[in-house]
Amino acid sequence: MSWHEFIDMGGRGAYVWSAYGVALVVLVVNLLAPALWRRRLLRELARRLKRSRNPQ
Amino acid sequence: MSSAQLNRAFVVLLKRDLTLAFRRRSEMVNPLLFFVLVTTLFPLGVGADPALLRSIGPGIIWVAALLAALLSLESVLRSDFEDGSLEQLMLSAHPLSVLMLAKVLAHWLVTGLPLLLVAPLLGLLLGLSGDAIVTLVQTLALGTPVLSLVGTIGVALTVGLRKGGMILSLLVLPLYIPVLIFAADAVTSTGAGLPVTAQLSLLSALLVLALSLTPAATAAALKISLA
Amino acid sequence: MWHFFHQLASPRYFYRFAGRILPWLGAACLLLMLAGLYQGLLVAPTDYQQGDSYRIMFIHVPAAWMSLFVYVVMAVSGAVGLVWRIKLAEIVAVASAPIGASFTFLALVTGAIWGKPTWGTWWVWDARLTSELILLFLYLGVIALNSAIEDKRTAARATSVLALVGVVNIPIIHYSVEWWNTLHQGATVTKFDVPSIDLRMLIPLLLMALAFKLFYLVVVLMRARCEILQRERNTGWVRELVEAP
Repeated sequence: MSWHEFIDMGGRGAYVWSAYGVALVVLVVNLLAPALWRRRLLRELARRLKRSRNPQ
Repeated sequence: MSSAQLNRAFVVLLKRDLTLAFRRRSEMVNPLLFFVLVTTLFPLGVGADPALLRSIGPGIIWVAALLAALLSLESVLRSDFEDGSLEQLMLSAHPLSVLMLAKVLAHWLVTGLPLLLVAPLLGLLLGLSGDAIVTLVQTLALGTPVLSLVGTIGVALTVGLRKGGMILSLLVLPLYIPVLIFAADAVTSTGAGLPVTAQLSLLSALLVLALSLTPAATAAALKISLA
Repeated sequence: MWHFFHQLASPRYFYRFAGRILPWLGAACLLLMLAGLYQGLLVAPTDYQQGDSYRIMFIHVPAAWMSLFVYVVMAVSGAVGLVWRIKLAEIVAVASAPIGASFTFLALVTGAIWGKPTWGTWWVWDARLTSELILLFLYLGVIALNSAIEDKRTAARATSVLALVGVVNIPIIHYSVEWWNTLHQGATVTKFDVPSIDLRMLIPLLLMALAFKLFYLVVVLMRARCEILQRERNTGWVRELVEAP
């Protein structure tokens, strides 16, 4: 099977690849959301801790 | 605790809620007015073709009834929550689920039953046949209590929230779908001269199921959201 | 054995345990997914009826399976949390909702994209698609309720009750939609289940299904860890963790 045939998917390439594209986006968003959440939480907690250590 | 005492508590609560409701008649009339108004809007929106109205009439009336039930739902616990009597109820020695059942029954008598009374009029407006109107009233009699029972779970979950209304509709409307399907289908089938025992039996089954399960769920939800 | 489960239910231990197994689970998920994609896109033969557009099945069907599976997991862990007051179970229930909703969304979108070349329209009121749409609404209700309640503990418990109510309703909704569909649609819409599926199509389907399950496990663990951090922010072990990451 050639590269072109693979992309073309028997004329249905637009449908197949857009479906897989949406799937990729959904999976990546699902992974990114908790990763970013965790980073934000850790940073926030660290800031709180520092403030409680040396109160102005 | 004897069952006679429980019965009395049930009846007392029912009477109290009915008395309160009759003192605030506008709260009873508003959902009814809404029901009639929404139904009247449809012919204006889709055109006055009698055949079209007859075919979509059952769906329109039932969707309007669904929305009217949803609109009045919050009042089942709202005022009791605001004046603190809900917490008093929770402190009572009687099972909360039975008390909730009394409240739902009172609420249905005040907001659900009137829908049954005006529905024939709306059926006539949309050109439903006599048989179809009879079925319409039957389905409303079986279906609207289910709406009140299931909806009260949603009210119990959102009662403490400031903007509970919008969320309530999101929680409750998907759960109303089976009632809508069976009831509207029964009315449509009657119009087409088909038997509707299956749909009515299914609606009765839903009612029995809701009667036996939802009070416990409502009580559990209330204990959580007022904890 | 019981000791292990007992420890696992403590948030602190769970946080560390989940952190340790996450890389392995992620790697396994990635491997399975790559294998499934290879098998599904390159090895599996073209369908004689649908051409190559059937390859959407390898994500659509696992996503649809997962959408229901996650709801059941959510309801069961919610029930466990309510009955035995296990915090971790509540956390898992809350963490599952957004993942389940995204799987449901994925199943709907890929179903629509698959429907266009197969049925000629993006959307038909087919029983399965309609049920899936209602399932999405149920998920959105759970998420909305959870985010509307300020107190995290109360939110998790309320969410659990709603998930339980939903899971009792799902069979009823599904049955009623099927009833409605047979009356209004007739048998015009072909269903996807082929009685005897080619083994070369079945293998990637199962691989992808397994990969999606692992993916759910990975994300639910990640979300649960965040939820634990947020809830236990004032405890000593979280402070230690923040100081020495």
